[in-house]
Amino acid sequence: MINKEAKLDSNLFSNTAFKATRDGFGDGVVEAAKINKDVVLLCCDLTESTRSLAFKQAFPDRFIEVGVAEQDMAGIAAGLAFSGKIPFITSYAVFSPGRNWDQIRVSICYSEANVKIIGAHAGISVGPDGATHQALEDVSITRVLPNLTVVVPCDYYDAKKAAIEAAKFKGPFYMRFAREKTPIVTTQETPFKIGRAELFRHGKDVVIIANGPLVYQSLLAAEELEKEDINAVVINCHTVKPLDKETLLKYAQETGAVVTAEEHQINGALGGAIAELLVENYPVPMKRVGVRDRFGESGQPDELMKKFNIVKEDVIKAVKDVMAMKKSKK
Amino acid sequence: MLNKIHDIEKLYEISNTIRQDIIIMLLEAGSGHSAGPLGMADVFTALYFNVINHAPENPNWPERDRVVLSNGHICPVMYATLARAGYFPVEELKTLRKLGTRLHGHPHNLALPGLENSSGPLGQGLSIACGMAYAAKMDNKNHHIFCLMSDGEHEEGQIWEAAMFAGKNKLHNLTGIVDRNNIQIDGFTEDIMPLEPLKEKYESFGWHVLEVDGHNIRHIIDACNEAKAIFEKPTLIVAHTIPGKDVSFMEFKYEWHGKPPNKEEAQKALEELRKLRTLGGKIISEHQ
Repeated sequence: MINKEAKLDSNLFSNTAFKATRDGFGDGVVEAAKINKDVVLLCCDLTESTRSLAFKQAFPDRFIEVGVAEQDMAGIAAGLAFSGKIPFITSYAVFSPGRNWDQIRVSICYSEANVKIIGAHAGISVGPDGATHQALEDVSITRVLPNLTVVVPCDYYDAKKAAIEAAKFKGPFYMRFAREKTPIVTTQETPFKIGRAELFRHGKDVVIIANGPLVYQSLLAAEELEKEDINAVVINCHTVKPLDKETLLKYAQETGAVVTAEEHQINGALGGAIAELLVENYPVPMKRVGVRDRFGESGQPDELMKKFNIVKEDVIKAVKDVMAMKKSKK
Repeated sequence: MLNKIHDIEKLYEISNTIRQDIIIMLLEAGSGHSAGPLGMADVFTALYFNVINHAPENPNWPERDRVVLSNGHICPVMYATLARAGYFPVEELKTLRKLGTRLHGHPHNLALPGLENSSGPLGQGLSIACGMAYAAKMDNKNHHIFCLMSDGEHEEGQIWEAAMFAGKNKLHNLTGIVDRNNIQIDGFTEDIMPLEPLKEKYESFGWHVLEVDGHNIRHIIDACNEAKAIFEKPTLIVAHTIPGKDVSFMEFKYEWHGKPPNKEEAQKALEELRKLRTLGGKIISEHQ
């Protein structure tokens, strides 16, 4: 049963609206800039596709074009942050944090520079551009960096709120966004707090911990599982680091079975983080839905999501597997 | 704000003291870099005791000039300079690289007052300095940003990305200083990866370039003042230095890039350095 307090979109399953998380960022960062004059935005020759154009038009004096130089962008942002600015650095996630990881590590995270790293076009849903442009490792490589908060918004509103909250949040921050239009799950009223996992659906048999577009797929999966008398909890775990340990462990304990779902490699990101949490605190049967240690390829986003096993059906299968594990354990 | 010292002889005494500090620190630490720090002692002295506006008792004074150290491995010279300028007790220099120290093997901005950035992995400083210079221009602030770099680290591509950015944005409040000592870990820079013509490279990126004898404190100060006066471009000062300067057996030897002196070597180095103390323009032994 959907958690009413989450104030999800009432048309979620019938007349679903679509909008890209990158548009949520683009709208959110303009809001953030209106609230705080120190917000500046840096871009590496990808103004339109990272949805930084509206910011550039609204605040031309606070927009900095760096050219195709992601390492330089990270360093410049650190210098701006040391001078009191709140820089958002935007590029594709494969380039930033992909190419400039060392600069993010030393100049930003180690130095606690108040920089917001925006990884656009993340995930396999970038589609036709192929594997080089499909960031499937960015959450893993950022999650291991001390001082860095890592957020994966589930839809347009989640992304918009994340951008606004990021500007208020003090410290290094990474957010990933997708190019493709994805279902709008939440509303303007849905609670969003950095570091807090949100309960989207009540249940008792299994908890599905998801982020990004897999939150919607998980809600769909839960609806179908209901018909088979399996009641699944669904949690939007947008903040991969720091994890909301209390909430996550609570539902792991209540249900005794966990599935994670994300548009990312299964190693080291949300699935890895939850596995670490459970093993150290409350081991229960667990399955991970994600890309299984391989590179993507060209194709249409929906074709790729299916081929790489990160859709509703894969969540359902994982739930059934984990339920069987739970049963055999008893 | 720290009073500026204009007596050149006095400045040479300070750089000599800093060189002695470096030897003592490296001996205590048992690891670290010798040649680069000794080579840059005159540049650091000129900067911190004459050129920049800063306030050691108030390290975060917003109007201060910024010194970004890009090649973090020469930090012993920066630590000794900061201590001698009054940022922290000179005695603390002996904690270099030891557990619990604020003087890490490579500098950490949050550990010690007076450090603007963290560095070690090469090539990152100029971008940070560009960000600081850009922010100062945005806010109509008048402070100046100095970025100290090694010659070897110019093999990193990021430096050239930053050089393009500075040229494009005419960051006149930014001055780069390259320690042109011609050595790096594996050998001479021109053998490892030729950097010349360095002056022309920077000029073609839109910079004003000056070349100085990196051991002539008067000329270093003059070059920095010229750099501040140039209003249309960022300035690069190529400081020609001698690695291991003033320690005879270390001078010009790339073998001393990344190792500290042992006890005997340190003793010999200190003796040589003490003999160089100048008083009234005459070189005399301190013990004479």
